[in-house]
Amino acid sequence: MTSQTKQTEMLSGAAMVIRALADEGVEYLYGYPGGAVLHIYDALFQQTKVKHVLVRHEQAATHMADAYARASGKAGVVLVTSGPGATNAVTGIATAYMDSIPMVVLTGQVMSHLIGDDAFQETDMLGISRPICKHNMSVRRPEDIPAIIKKAFYIAQSGRPGPVVIDIPKDMTIPSQTFPYHYPCEVKLRSYQPKLKGHSGQIKKAITALLAAKKPILYAGGGVIMGGASVELTELAQMLNLPVTNTLMGLGCYPSGDKQFIGMLGMHGSYEANQTMHHADLILAVGARFDDRVTNNTKKFCPDATIIHIDIDPASISKTINAHIPIVGLVQPVLTEMLALLKQKKKKLDSAALKKWWQQIDDWRAMHGGRYDNAAPLLKPQYVIEQLSKITKGNAYVCSDVGQHQMFAAQYYGFNKPNRWINSGGLGTMGFGLPAAMGVKLNYPDADVVCVTGEGSIQMNIQELSTCKQYGLGVKIINLNNGYLGMVKQWQDMNYESRYASSYMDSLPDFVKLAEAYGHVGIRVTEPEQLVPALERAFALKDQLVFLDIHIDPKEHVYPMQIPGGAMNEMFLSKTERT
Amino acid sequence: MRHIISVLLENESGALARLVGLFAQRGYNIDSLTVAPTEDATLSRLTLVTHGNDQVIEQITKQLHKLIEVVKLTDLNDAPHLERELMLVKVKASGAQRDEVKRCADIFRGQIIDVTATTYTVQLVGTSDKLDAFIQALSGTAILEVVRSGVSGIARGEKTLAL
Repeated sequence: MTSQTKQTEMLSGAAMVIRALADEGVEYLYGYPGGAVLHIYDALFQQTKVKHVLVRHEQAATHMADAYARASGKAGVVLVTSGPGATNAVTGIATAYMDSIPMVVLTGQVMSHLIGDDAFQETDMLGISRPICKHNMSVRRPEDIPAIIKKAFYIAQSGRPGPVVIDIPKDMTIPSQTFPYHYPCEVKLRSYQPKLKGHSGQIKKAITALLAAKKPILYAGGGVIMGGASVELTELAQMLNLPVTNTLMGLGCYPSGDKQFIGMLGMHGSYEANQTMHHADLILAVGARFDDRVTNNTKKFCPDATIIHIDIDPASISKTINAHIPIVGLVQPVLTEMLALLKQKKKKLDSAALKKWWQQIDDWRAMHGGRYDNAAPLLKPQYVIEQLSKITKGNAYVCSDVGQHQMFAAQYYGFNKPNRWINSGGLGTMGFGLPAAMGVKLNYPDADVVCVTGEGSIQMNIQELSTCKQYGLGVKIINLNNGYLGMVKQWQDMNYESRYASSYMDSLPDFVKLAEAYGHVGIRVTEPEQLVPALERAFALKDQLVFLDIHIDPKEHVYPMQIPGGAMNEMFLSKTERT
Repeated sequence: MRHIISVLLENESGALARLVGLFAQRGYNIDSLTVAPTEDATLSRLTLVTHGNDQVIEQITKQLHKLIEVVKLTDLNDAPHLERELMLVKVKASGAQRDEVKRCADIFRGQIIDVTATTYTVQLVGTSDKLDAFIQALSGTAILEVVRSGVSGIARGEKTLAL
C-alpha cells in the first residue's frame, strides 16, 4: 500500500484534465481560452501530448471536434471558457446531439463559491446544455476529475453516441492544490448499460420475414456509419440482392456506384428510392430513425410494408413509424448474426418475385434517375458537384454546409465509402461546413478535404479562414454562389409566389479578395468552361486552402422534392412535373 | 389513459431537473410528481402521474430509460398496484358548518389535525379519486386552502422496484 502511494502522482486539477485526455489518447483539443480555463490552458502549455487548436469562435471548435468524430468514429474534444465561451459552443453541441456524434465538451465555470451570484462570465451551462447533450456533469472535487473524464468518454462513445458536457469551476483546477492522479481503465454505471447484442429470437423472426419478402428494400442510415457496420451491411445487401437506399446521414455506408444502390430517400431523395420505399412489402431499416424528412406524411407512409427496425436506441423504434419486428442492439453485431444465420440457412428470396421487383425499380430509375437540365448558359450546381466528384475520384471527405448545395452534394457526389460525407443532417446548422472540413483536414492531412458551401452558409463561420492559415489547413472551399439563400428562395418560389423575404444576399464580399486577405488562394468561376481548369488548379495546390467562388444559376431548384402532406412517393420532379 | 410511473433515480444534483426537463422538451404531461430519497441514500424514488395514449406512454418510458441517472423504472399500471395521495384541506368551520365538516371528514375517514375557532384542517389519505370526491363533498363549504402531495404508488404482491 505504502509503495503504491509513493508511486501515485500528485497533480493539480488542471494538470489532471490534460493528463486524462492524454491517457484517453486524445491528440487534438479544439478550443478558445478565457478566464475560467486559464489554469487548464497553462497545464496544456506545459506538455506536448495533447495539442491545442485555437479557433476564432467557439462554435467552430465544436464543429471541428464533431467532424473529427464523424470521420474517425472517436469522440472529439472541446475546451471553452465559461459564459460566452460556453454559450458560443451551444450550437455545435446541439448539432452533434441531433446526429448522435460522440464529443466531450469541457466548459469553464466561475469559482464554486460564486456560482449563482451572477458572477462575471457566469452562465448555467449545465442548465443550458441539458436538453442538447447526452449527459452533463459538473466537477465538485478536483480528485474526481479523472473519473469524470473517463465517464464522459464512455457515455459519449457507447450506446447511441452523443456529446457530453463537463462543467469545471475554476477552483477545481488551482495549480498549487494537488491530488493523487489515477486514470481508471473502465467505468461501470449501474444506471447505464447500453444493450449491445440484438435479441436472437427477434433476429430469427427478422430473417424469416426478410426471406418471405417479394418487394424488399434496405433502408440504411447514419447508425450504420457510426456503428462501423458498412461491410456487414454491404455483404447482406449483396447476398440477398436487395435494393439499398440511404438516408442523408447514411450516405457512403453502401457504395453508391453499385447497381443495387438506388439513391438517397426522403424529401430530396431520388425518384426511384422514394417509389421503391413506398411500394415495398418489407423495409429492413438499419440505424435509421424514420425522420420526418424521410417519411413525409406518416399516415400515408409505406402502406404495404412489414418493418424490421434495427437500432441501438429503443426510443427510436416505433417513435414515428410502428416497427413490426424491432431489434435493439448495435447494428454491427446484429448484422453479423443475421449474416451467419443466412449462411447457415442457405436460403434466398423468391428469385422470380425479386426479378420482377428489380424490373419495376429499373423502370423507375429510367423514368427520372437524377437528371437535370444542363442546357442553360449558366453553371448548374449539380454539374459542379459531378465534376468535383470526378476530379476527386469520389474519394474526398466532403463537408457540407446547409441548404441547396448540401442536397446537390448529397445527390450528385456519389459516396462510395463511409465517414466521407460530413454534414449537419439533424439540426441543419449553417456554418458547419468550413470548421468541419478543418477538423477533418487536420486529422487526415493527406486526404482531399472539401467544404461544399454557399455564400450564405460560408459567412456564418468565415472567420475560420484565419485558423486555416495558422494551422496550414489546405481545405478546398466550393462556394456555390447564387446570390440567394437558395433553399429559402426555393421554398419562397414554391409556396410564397416568389416573394423573396430576406433571402436575397446583396452586398456580398469579393470572396476571392477575402480569401487572399486571409493569405489563401481565391479563384472565381463564372463561366461553365472555367470550372474544370479551376478545380484542377485547386487540387493541384495540395497544401493550400483554395476558395473557389463559383457563380451558379440562381434559378435552380433541388428536385425531386416530396409534396408536403403526401406519401413517400408523391414528389415534384421539376418546376413543371410532379408525380 | 392515466399512468403511474415509478422511477429509481440516482440521488444526484441535476438528475431531477433532467427528468422534468424531458417532459417539457418533448411535450409530455405531468399530472403529479413526488420525489424523496429511499432507504438507500444514493437513490431517490420518484412517482409520476401522466396521461397519454399507448404510443406516448411507451415513448415516455423509453425516453426516461435513456437518461443516464435513471436506474430503473416501472409503469405501475402494468400490474395490480396500490396508490395513495395525501391531502390537507383547510376549511371554514363556524356555526352549522362546523358539524357538517366534521361529519364529512369522518365519512371519508379523514382526520382533523388542526382546529381554530373558525377553521378546521382535515388530513385525508387515499386514491386521487377519493380525494377528489372529498373536495366535491365539501363543495357547500368554504374551502380556504388545499394541499395535495401527489401520488405515491407501489406494486401489489411480491413484485418490487429495487436494485
